[in-house]
Amino acid sequence: MPEHPPVKDFATDFDHTDPVWVKNPYPIWDDLREHCPVAHSDRYGGAWLPTRHSDVSAIAHDTDHFTSRTVVVGPGRPGEDALPAPIGVAPPITSDPPFHAHARRLMQPVFAPKQVDLLEPFVRELCAKLLDPFKGKDAIDASVDYAEHIPVAVIAKMLGFPEQDGDLFRHFVHEILESVDLPVEERMDRFQPIADYFIARIEEHQAEPKDDLTSFLLEAELAGEPLAPEHIFGTMVLLIVAGIDTTWSAIGSSIWHLAQHPEEVARLKANPELLPTAIEEFLRAYAPVTMARLVKEDFDYEGCPMKKDDWILLSFPAANRDPEFFEDADKVIIDREVNRHAAFGLGIHRCLGSNLARMEMRVALEEWLARVDTFSLADPDAVTWSQGQVRGPRLLPLSLG
Amino acid sequence: MKVAIDAEKCQGHGRCFALAPALFDSDDLGQGVVIGDGTVPEDQHDAARLAQQNCPEYAISITE
Ligand code: HEM
Ligand code: SF4
Repeated sequence: MPEHPPVKDFATDFDHTDPVWVKNPYPIWDDLREHCPVAHSDRYGGAWLPTRHSDVSAIAHDTDHFTSRTVVVGPGRPGEDALPAPIGVAPPITSDPPFHAHARRLMQPVFAPKQVDLLEPFVRELCAKLLDPFKGKDAIDASVDYAEHIPVAVIAKMLGFPEQDGDLFRHFVHEILESVDLPVEERMDRFQPIADYFIARIEEHQAEPKDDLTSFLLEAELAGEPLAPEHIFGTMVLLIVAGIDTTWSAIGSSIWHLAQHPEEVARLKANPELLPTAIEEFLRAYAPVTMARLVKEDFDYEGCPMKKDDWILLSFPAANRDPEFFEDADKVIIDREVNRHAAFGLGIHRCLGSNLARMEMRVALEEWLARVDTFSLADPDAVTWSQGQVRGPRLLPLSLG
Repeated sequence: MKVAIDAEKCQGHGRCFALAPALFDSDDLGQGVVIGDGTVPEDQHDAARLAQQNCPEYAISITE
């Protein structure tokens, strides 16, 4: 990782990896939204940060001027990071129209609500198994011991990877998640054992097809042709990158919030039908995912002289806190009825896993509320937050009982 | 009252069929669809408005 000098002025020099931002980004966004709604920074070779809902929405919907070729801000420029057109490394998230629609359509049936519902009993059993050992304990970590495991197990199950590989798979997940902002070459080195493992699983499935996502991808066709091997591998990696620390963060942030609001815990225990609304509010207020775009060609966006290959840090979390768009945007209101939040993005790249993520969050919180009596932060300062474009608690020590 | 979904705008966020399951459903791709011809019975008026107000893509329209 290159050194990042501390940020002195977020309006002219923002950096989403700055410790101040990592600790608490909300005041930064509120300030920018008021004084400099599309901020610029020379870091990363030039980047823009819109913080109003209207700008985030306009850019997310504008695939003419902005490309998704790379959605993670890094030091590398797209030239070096060149992606095999038209697929992109991780279709459909890195694909642009018109290819995007095909790659996305292919995956849509897998993540449709009716398919996701079939996984609910698995998730419920998993959560119960994770919570059982909490009985009689007075201290646990809700991130390390609970939230993290849920999406990892779900993705491994969907891909049809052997259950006994759980630890190995978790290790690969960490490698992939931590490597997203490494230089390409280093990333490739780290990827080799992962690629080998995935290819072995792909070959097993080729020999003996199963009723899972790996076989689904192997059987899938685009325009009458089977998927290119790099498309299949890219999609598997995408599910890990897109499906795991995101959902882990969302579950973690929800528990972090509840741990500080026993009155809301009591209300949710008494009125479980309120939980879906509360979940939408947690998604709004603590939206975990910020995406990126690249400017396609020099152009003027609302007075901002954007240059080809400038980054856009597309902050759905900042949009979700815009007081122009949400009443009491800075308050967490668990029965907020009108909540057009953008936690799952806007436009053609709307999170394909949103139905799955919502189900995992709901079941994780239902089981938590049913099995954990009282819980509070063991030490607010001991909570750590992830650095980068996915935000959530990574250490979340709680006192129980 | 009648509800309709603009399929061009809908991205399958799924708020409509979660909030007003009597009026909306999801198709095999997870996109929102209106049940029947979209006519909203009296007791579903609030649900229809709630769905409309929660669609992140402004894809739902209501005609009185
Ligand atoms: C609470 C958890 C999650 C959040 C907040 C979240 C958020 C997002 C966001 C904001 C995007 C838009 C990307 C863009 O505009 O460039 C996205 C895309 C995507 N997400 Fe999620 N996600 C979550 C969970 C998941 C899960 C569980 C999966 C799958 C297992 C998943 C798979 C995807 C895929 C495949 C895309 C790309 C869709 C496309 O480009 O058409 N996500 N997600
Ligand atoms: S809430 Fe809106 S975007 Fe989502 S499925 Fe319904 S109509 Fe489509």
